[in-house]
Amino acid sequence: MLKRFSVVVAALALCAPGAHADLISRGRSLYQQGCISCHGLSARGVQPYGHARGAGGVRGAGPSLVGVGALAADLYLSAGYMPLRNARQQPVRHQPLYSADDIRALVAYIGSLGGPPIPHAHPERGSLPQGLRLYTENCAGCHQMDAQGGLVIGALPPPLQSASPTQIAEAVRVGPYLMPRFPKDVLSDRQLDSIIAYVELTKHPVDRGGWGIGHIGAIPEGLVAWLLAGTVLVVLARIIGERRGE
Amino acid sequence: MIDRLIAFLVLLFARGKRRRTEPLDRLVPEAPAQRPWELVAAALLFLAMLSAAAFVPIYAIDSLGHIQTQLLGLSLGLAFAFVAAACVVFAKRLVPQETVVEPYPAPETEHEQERLGELVAESGDGLTRKRLLKFAGAGAGAALGAALLTPAASLGPFIDVAQLRKTAWRRGVRLVDDFGDPIPAKRVHVGSFLTAYPEGADHDALGSPLVVVRLRIQDLQLPEARAGWAPGGIVAYSKICTHAGCAIALYRAPLFEPTSSRPALVCPCHYSTFDPAAGGKVLFGPAGRNLPQLPLEIDGEGNLHAAGTFSGPPGPSWWGVRFR
Amino acid sequence: MIRRLVRYLDQRSGTAPLLRRALRYVFPDHWSFLLGEIALYCFVILVATGIYLTLFFDPSTAKTVYHGSYAPLHGVTVSQAYRSAVDLSFHTKAGLLMRQTHHWAADVFLVAIVLHLMRVFFTGAFRKPRDLVWYVGVAMLMLAILEGFLGYSIVDDLLSGMGLAIAYSVVMSLPVVGANIALLLWGSPFPGTSGFESRMYIAHVFVFPVLLVILITVHILSIAARHHTQFPGRGKTEGHVVGTPTFPGYVPRTLGLAFGVAAVLFLLGGLVQINPIWQWGPFETAQATNGAQPDWYLGWLIGGLRLMPGFDVSVGQYTLVPNPFWGGALFPLVVFAFLFAWPTIESRVTGDTDFHNLLDRPRDAPWRTAVGAAVFSWVAIVFFAGASDRVFVWLKISYSGQIWFFRGAAFVAPVVVFLFVRELCEELREGPQGSQGRVRIVEK
Repeated sequence: MLKRFSVVVAALALCAPGAHADLISRGRSLYQQGCISCHGLSARGVQPYGHARGAGGVRGAGPSLVGVGALAADLYLSAGYMPLRNARQQPVRHQPLYSADDIRALVAYIGSLGGPPIPHAHPERGSLPQGLRLYTENCAGCHQMDAQGGLVIGALPPPLQSASPTQIAEAVRVGPYLMPRFPKDVLSDRQLDSIIAYVELTKHPVDRGGWGIGHIGAIPEGLVAWLLAGTVLVVLARIIGERRGE
Repeated sequence: MIDRLIAFLVLLFARGKRRRTEPLDRLVPEAPAQRPWELVAAALLFLAMLSAAAFVPIYAIDSLGHIQTQLLGLSLGLAFAFVAAACVVFAKRLVPQETVVEPYPAPETEHEQERLGELVAESGDGLTRKRLLKFAGAGAGAALGAALLTPAASLGPFIDVAQLRKTAWRRGVRLVDDFGDPIPAKRVHVGSFLTAYPEGADHDALGSPLVVVRLRIQDLQLPEARAGWAPGGIVAYSKICTHAGCAIALYRAPLFEPTSSRPALVCPCHYSTFDPAAGGKVLFGPAGRNLPQLPLEIDGEGNLHAAGTFSGPPGPSWWGVRFR
Repeated sequence: MIRRLVRYLDQRSGTAPLLRRALRYVFPDHWSFLLGEIALYCFVILVATGIYLTLFFDPSTAKTVYHGSYAPLHGVTVSQAYRSAVDLSFHTKAGLLMRQTHHWAADVFLVAIVLHLMRVFFTGAFRKPRDLVWYVGVAMLMLAILEGFLGYSIVDDLLSGMGLAIAYSVVMSLPVVGANIALLLWGSPFPGTSGFESRMYIAHVFVFPVLLVILITVHILSIAARHHTQFPGRGKTEGHVVGTPTFPGYVPRTLGLAFGVAAVLFLLGGLVQINPIWQWGPFETAQATNGAQPDWYLGWLIGGLRLMPGFDVSVGQYTLVPNPFWGGALFPLVVFAFLFAWPTIESRVTGDTDFHNLLDRPRDAPWRTAVGAAVFSWVAIVFFAGASDRVFVWLKISYSGQIWFFRGAAFVAPVVVFLFVRELCEELREGPQGSQGRVRIVEK
């Protein structure tokens, strides 16, 4: 909700060219304070062990942001992926360090360097059966059928319960860290809407059978069988096997 | 002491008929009255009755939605639980608590064992050609057993295992996606991955699915014999892991290579990791065989098709998997 | 009224004397002797709920289009087997209750068997004359594991289908003849012919249950014929068993246990979701999901498969031992061989070929306890290794780091456990009470 609101406000802000230019320049100065050490002067990127140093003398490494667009910037900043403490570490979802206004400014600045705008996600236009099929083929291998996240050698594909529809759309197009990317000719906007609709469903899975115990299959089931059923039955056996006065 | 006495009495009077008119010696010691516990048992059974009785109306109501399963389980489960509790009350408070001693049965009856042996031996006394008959009997039995087992061979082609190498891929077969549409080469971008199938073939066969990715030409390190297999850097491998047959559904596609791992195809079952740049070489995990690669060509319409067959049989290994 | 019933029965069967003896049969008292009964009652619930499920399940791989109420599957082409299982869960009243109770019963059945096996092993109850009972029991453990695997695999969902692909690969990895056997069982290369579903189904609903019923009967009758073992104590000797008679003492206890097992299983079946196949989707060879795990009693095998370093043993063109053989076939073979061979090994090594009706406290047989603990710890290490992907996701401990740790631990831990447990047993024996067992293993 807040995301959509900020996007609307940003769109309105764009209508006022003067205000927009201010936003971009504010974004530029925020960039020079916090991002330059890894993403370089004019956002052209820094190769590892390069000479660029930023505020605080941090030596980092990071890709060029020219042409990545507001889409990528919005994903990384709104999910708290950036700033990254260690350039070699996987970006993890956090509470964003920047305020919503600052994020808007930075997004405007990066967007001004060229590239795709923030996408509009419309899960309500998607089809759940198509979403299940596409999600299974393209996403479940890393993110698990119920979007509970998983393991790849070298990374942790995260659970998707906290991802907003816009962020999902952005991630699919960008392919952050080790995730593959899916441009529009691989997954059309309509197909993406279907996938997002399916992911939205996994936030409230149909748990007809009761307590979902994590939605990841046999490990929690085994824990319940041993720790819950096993304990109760052993206790019951002890009560029954106990003899009065013995 | 008391229980020994009771046990002695039990053993002494365990046999023998008693006429109905004579007072019977007790078989089971008298249990003291436990009236409060009787009420407890009755209450538990009453609660069980209520729980179980709820089952039918819960079942009958149509509009309960999801929660019906939970309520049915509660009703039946609690009913059983109350009955179980009532049984435990009976067992520990309402039924006479006895300790009985019984002898263990004799370890063996050697006399009877001998008689059995004699029985068999004497029955065969009249036979003069025991060895011949045994041999003939064994032969008949073995042959009959073999004959009876033979129809099991119809279960499957267990002699002709060569079909394990057959796939639908050969030169000119077009790659199609899950929906059956051909795949233009430009749809395969660096960093994305697609699943492809042979046009017109069974998607479910182990030899059918492919994983198609594009690498930068300078990153390719294919064996020399496969130099022409990757037009524009597009490589295709069997999607079926050579370890234990799961679909290789993970693709590691680094956005910024200097700070993360290189591209790799990973299997979610036991995490075998294969290098698409180096001909499907195993990088990590228990797979013992490289991932079979399929040579690709781009046809006149810009779509991908196979330029030959796999570099090796797809799927898990077996005795003859490395046969040429 | 009881007299009338008994008279009716006795006139028609002559069994009154037998019944009176049976009703006064003595059960030694110890809570741990009830573990096998928990397994038995789980089996009863399995058969009862299983029969219900067969009235609805369609064991066919023929394709159909799903038209039920689970939205993501709407219009999707799935097998009849999958469709009938999802429809049973969504559209049959009490269907999901029965399905889930059945699956929980299978998981708890194996928990009870393993606990029971451990009790029998560590108290030496498998010694002559009960070694046959032990062999029957270990055979039932093997059958139960296979039966459970077949049961959740016939549903043709994505998760269990991946498990079947792995089972196929393990069969293929048997040296020399693996591919022949795999093609025989599956009828054609994986996923096999439509007949394979029928084979799994008939094995699961008929062949294995009948085998289990026969073996359970032999198991129980053998125990009854020789009487149950007992711990040493006042009045309890090799010659006399002391305990509670079947009637009236034992019947309410065992009924309480039976109803208690039913209560636990039905409460779980209604309240805790298990194997939500509609969330996994139907199986397709070209699809897979992260985090796929077999049911708990096969976790030791996924650990074995994941721990092996990547190599096929091949000589020239002949692949003698494909990789899955080690973790998927040899490992369980060794463990079951150990279990089957143990009574013989123990009696040979200790020279003890006597009849035993009295049990050992585990501390009174330090060698057996230590060896058993070492082997169980080996299996446990491999078992936990199988869950290391989820441990990575939950605790962020590197996966490859865990694999190396478990590889080392699989060798080191059994040795450490053996030495530690043996020491512990000796110390406990030397404690203030001292050893009171009437029968002691003579240690070589």
